Amino acid sequence: MNALTFNELLALQTKAQAQMEPGRAGGPAVRIVVGYATCGIAAGAKPVLQALKRELESLGRGDVLVEETGCIGMCQYEPIVELYAPGQPKTTYVRMNAEKAARMVHSHVANGVVVADYTIGAATGEAPAGAVLPLTDTGFYKKQRRIALRNCGVIDPESIDQYIAMEGYQALGKALTELQPGDVIQILKDSGLRGRGGGGFPTGLKWSFTAANAADQKYVVCNADEGDPGAFMDRSVLEGDPHAVVEAMALCGYATGATEGYVYVRAEYPIAVKHLERAIAQAKEYGLLGKNIFGTGFDFDLHIRLGAGAFVCGEETALMTSIEGKRGEPRPRPPYPAVKGLFAKPTTENNVETFANVPQIILHGAEYFNAMGTEKSKGTKVFALGGKISNTGLVEIPMGTTLREIIEEIGGGIPNGKRFKAAQTGGPSGGCIPETLIDTPIDYDNLTAIGSMMGSGGLIVMDEDNCMVDIARFFLDFTVDESCGKCSPCRIGTKRMMELLDKITEGKAAMADLDKLEELAYHIKENSLCGLGQTAPNPVLATMKHFRHEYEAHVLEKKCPAGVCKALLRYFILPEKCKGCTACARVCPVGAISGSVKQVHVIDRDKCIKCGACESTCKFAAIVKK
Amino acid sequence: MEQTETKMIHLKINNTAVCVPAGSTILEAARTIGIEIPTLCYLKEINEIGACRICMVEVKGARSLATACVFPAAEGMEVFTNTEKVRQSRKLTLELILSTHDKNCLSCVRSGSCELQKLCKEFGVDDPDYYAGANPRYAFDDSAAHMVRDNNKCILCRRCVAACDNQCISVIGANARGFDTHISSAFDKDLADVSCISCGQCIVNCPTGAIVEKDESAAVLAAVNDPGKFTVVHTAPSIRVTLGEAFGFKIGTNVQGKMVAALRRLGFDKVFDTDFGADLTIMEEATEFLDRVKNGGVLPMITSCSPGWVKYCEHYYPDLLPHLSSCKSPQQMQGAIIKSYYAKKMNLDPKDIFVVGIMPCTAKKFENKREAQSAVDGLPDVDISLTTRELARMIDGAGIYFRDLPEEEFDNPLAEGTGAAVIFGATGGVMEAALRTAVEALTGEQLQSLDFTEVRGTAGIKEASYNVAGMEIKVAVASGTKNAKVLMDKIANGTADYHFIEIMGCPGGCVNGGGQPIQHAVVRNFHDLRALRAASLYEADRNLPVRKSHENPAIKQIYAEFLGKPGGHLSHELLHTKYVARPKYR
Repeated sequence: MNALTFNELLALQTKAQAQMEPGRAGGPAVRIVVGYATCGIAAGAKPVLQALKRELESLGRGDVLVEETGCIGMCQYEPIVELYAPGQPKTTYVRMNAEKAARMVHSHVANGVVVADYTIGAATGEAPAGAVLPLTDTGFYKKQRRIALRNCGVIDPESIDQYIAMEGYQALGKALTELQPGDVIQILKDSGLRGRGGGGFPTGLKWSFTAANAADQKYVVCNADEGDPGAFMDRSVLEGDPHAVVEAMALCGYATGATEGYVYVRAEYPIAVKHLERAIAQAKEYGLLGKNIFGTGFDFDLHIRLGAGAFVCGEETALMTSIEGKRGEPRPRPPYPAVKGLFAKPTTENNVETFANVPQIILHGAEYFNAMGTEKSKGTKVFALGGKISNTGLVEIPMGTTLREIIEEIGGGIPNGKRFKAAQTGGPSGGCIPETLIDTPIDYDNLTAIGSMMGSGGLIVMDEDNCMVDIARFFLDFTVDESCGKCSPCRIGTKRMMELLDKITEGKAAMADLDKLEELAYHIKENSLCGLGQTAPNPVLATMKHFRHEYEAHVLEKKCPAGVCKALLRYFILPEKCKGCTACARVCPVGAISGSVKQVHVIDRDKCIKCGACESTCKFAAIVKK
Repeated sequence: MEQTETKMIHLKINNTAVCVPAGSTILEAARTIGIEIPTLCYLKEINEIGACRICMVEVKGARSLATACVFPAAEGMEVFTNTEKVRQSRKLTLELILSTHDKNCLSCVRSGSCELQKLCKEFGVDDPDYYAGANPRYAFDDSAAHMVRDNNKCILCRRCVAACDNQCISVIGANARGFDTHISSAFDKDLADVSCISCGQCIVNCPTGAIVEKDESAAVLAAVNDPGKFTVVHTAPSIRVTLGEAFGFKIGTNVQGKMVAALRRLGFDKVFDTDFGADLTIMEEATEFLDRVKNGGVLPMITSCSPGWVKYCEHYYPDLLPHLSSCKSPQQMQGAIIKSYYAKKMNLDPKDIFVVGIMPCTAKKFENKREAQSAVDGLPDVDISLTTRELARMIDGAGIYFRDLPEEEFDNPLAEGTGAAVIFGATGGVMEAALRTAVEALTGEQLQSLDFTEVRGTAGIKEASYNVAGMEIKVAVASGTKNAKVLMDKIANGTADYHFIEIMGCPGGCVNGGGQPIQHAVVRNFHDLRALRAASLYEADRNLPVRKSHENPAIKQIYAEFLGKPGGHLSHELLHTKYVARPKYR
């Protein structure tokens, strides 16, 4: 195919829209999409897809379009199937299996009767029996605004035509044919977009730095080395809407004067890599990458580099070092990448989510984006909701939404009637937000002010059963493991912090150890080479700030208030409740429980390994841990 | 010619105004007003990685402490290098480093010359176990002929890695990550099983005792104390201008007389000068070169005095080995002559002679154990090769107060050396010495000036062209295998039109060899050891009565009495060797 002109792109959009819209001339009678991202497949989307195809074939319904799509966002309702029929709102079927899929085809497709029991409203309990609630009216969805995720779960990510149908590549076309590079940067600056990867640096400003440096070669780098435990929005974008990133990187190339780009994506994301490879090939085929794009003389080419899964390679200089083929370790800054980045050339690096916002901003203008959000944090942010929360999944919300709204409305609250204790944001670099601060509007500056950080958007909810010392230990364990080993404070200091936390959770620490821990934490923050070390102590410092009493309980009383830290646990049998049924003695793997039939049993503490088997076996709630 | 003016930056360090060229680091700026900011990992232009975090300073208005070694000085900046916060930070970092460091200072060869030890003293580290905790324990790697790596003393400054990279060898690097990071070869292979060239640049750049030469002084002392052994020591050209540093002399001080006196007091039966071997090398090498030129031999011919370089060629350019001169190095020639000519002359059984070379070089420890380096009855030409550092420790251990020693002369007859020989210790010296002899041989006339200044100096690669008796002779000199690589690649792709090339394995030649006295990074970063030590050698050359190898009376005598003619049959038996292709990994 010859390279597209802008007008040809617009014509292609009309054609592509018709091809996917049910009821339109040239379009299907019905369009069915199956959430087929990593999460959907893991939940069992494959047999669902097969069943759909099988049943449609048996009915001879070649006029029904069945497609794979990206992540719709509701993890615990996977596999999800959505059905578009003419004159009907989109129907969202959740927790599907092959059998349900077959029934849905025979009822909804064949006879036009929605199987209300399988739809989202029934699953969440928000719709009255028999009624159908559109996805957009659910609590999970109502407050969301999708910009970065706009095409995820909507289009077939392997089809460039469907991306074009959704205004794809129009931002690039507009920029190349109507805007100067400086205009593109100005729109971004005006939009208020800030880096979605952690630091929150203003994106337009970042681009302007690279643009200002003359060089024979400049680069654009996309950081797709998503590594925070619990964060998966970048994977979702790459799996569900890879062209958005391709288009944004080309825009960045145009704005900054770069002609080559690299996407650094972790090898653990095979579907993302596959979709991205395909997107690049398709874009090249359409002339949207390569030489003389839109006939404007602008050249831009894109390469993929696979990361081997080191968390530190999410740090921009380490990432570039890794792309260069060296051991992924950070370099001192300055010089900043805008001056001396990849292969020592001026480089702009942004993460996937940041890039995913760019085409929409360029196409619709700064106001489209900066109308949302708070004073200094504009637009939306994607969060990966996890932990002790009813609706786990991926949500995109306007900046300024409060934590309470996210947890109680979007997330559906804490399950099992438990009490909220804290939310962790920013992954291993972030901190936790206690209940007292739950009404804080979420934006970059507020999160930093309360001792946490935005990070890449992991949001882990904890309830009363979580021990905050243990949580700090969990995150620190991660950074100890992921420290690259280059600078001394991070390499040795985090390990020593870990040892102090071990001492605390084992009940062997003194109050002086808390001081030592804090001193070391501040030292590592102040002295480490890169962002990993500079933020590694945050989970400890934040929990020490908001939950110091829990630390003190471990040290002074040798107790874990949440009953998590094994070394401090004691299992007891309450004599008044024990019936002498012997069930506990039989399941105890180490023979720590003695007692004869119909006599009160006793646990030998020296033998007990605190596995909890007795507690879960006892039918009389006679076994308790303290 | 238009001059571009360097932009100057004005800043304040500890409230003192400083003006430095743009691009200077805070560390460099501080140095200009006499403030030394401590460092561990920093090696100027070689290792600028900001990893150890010792050089942290306060910059007014900055979010956190700044890394002085790599942070550029900026206009209006206000820096504080010695605040309570800075000192406390450095102390804490040192305590963290100490928590993983094998603190057996009492038995460490680097005690007293250890940079970590010095900093701990300076920053008042009072509890070395403040951060005591778990530690990985590493086995020694003593597989190589020349050195021992003890990672339990390694502080991961990566200076050895950078020095190895700077040689374009890169056989060591960081393995594993985080707390388990350690320096070793790929797949944790032993150093003997990779293409290490034994240059020892890692050793002289190590701040602690994690990498040390394999100490063979005990065997030397045993031989000295063995009444059945006739011990002969000979010292390489550069040792006279470096040994003094181990005893507090200024860099480059020529201590030849005291060195000879010390060796005598250590009990060696004879103290010779490897300069004799160097002159002999020139006779043989110049002859070989002229022969190659006249008879269409393989050109360019490349010198073979530097065993690190030879090993490099064997690992990395095995196809080009025919370019190497077949001459043994001066150390080995000297040894071979002692065990043949001298033994005969003195009526000694070569078996009873124990030859020790004092060398600037750790690769010499590999060289004297090579094949085809044992000319007489299968006995090694040189029994033990010691570094300058080992000699210094022996002198200390023997209770010899070096500074108070009288100046003494070498023994005869194998100690007469010329100015041509003494400059072997600097890059370009062998070339200059060879030119002095080859040019006179070709023209049959006395040279007007003996100074071939084109091949002097510390530049990594030097080229020159001389018109000799109507023939153009193009020469090149490279030091450091990184620079050797450039020339070798030219030879390999056919673009080298040189006739003769001198290559030394270490940057700057033997004066900066891997066996030379330790100088801390703070000294290396601000003084060019290569230039300071070499200057002293050129001064010695200027002051010597005989400055051409072929005019050395002792050399004339040995050819007349024993060897016959350069390149003759006996020379080939005693003074020439051969090379083998070596794999990069075993």
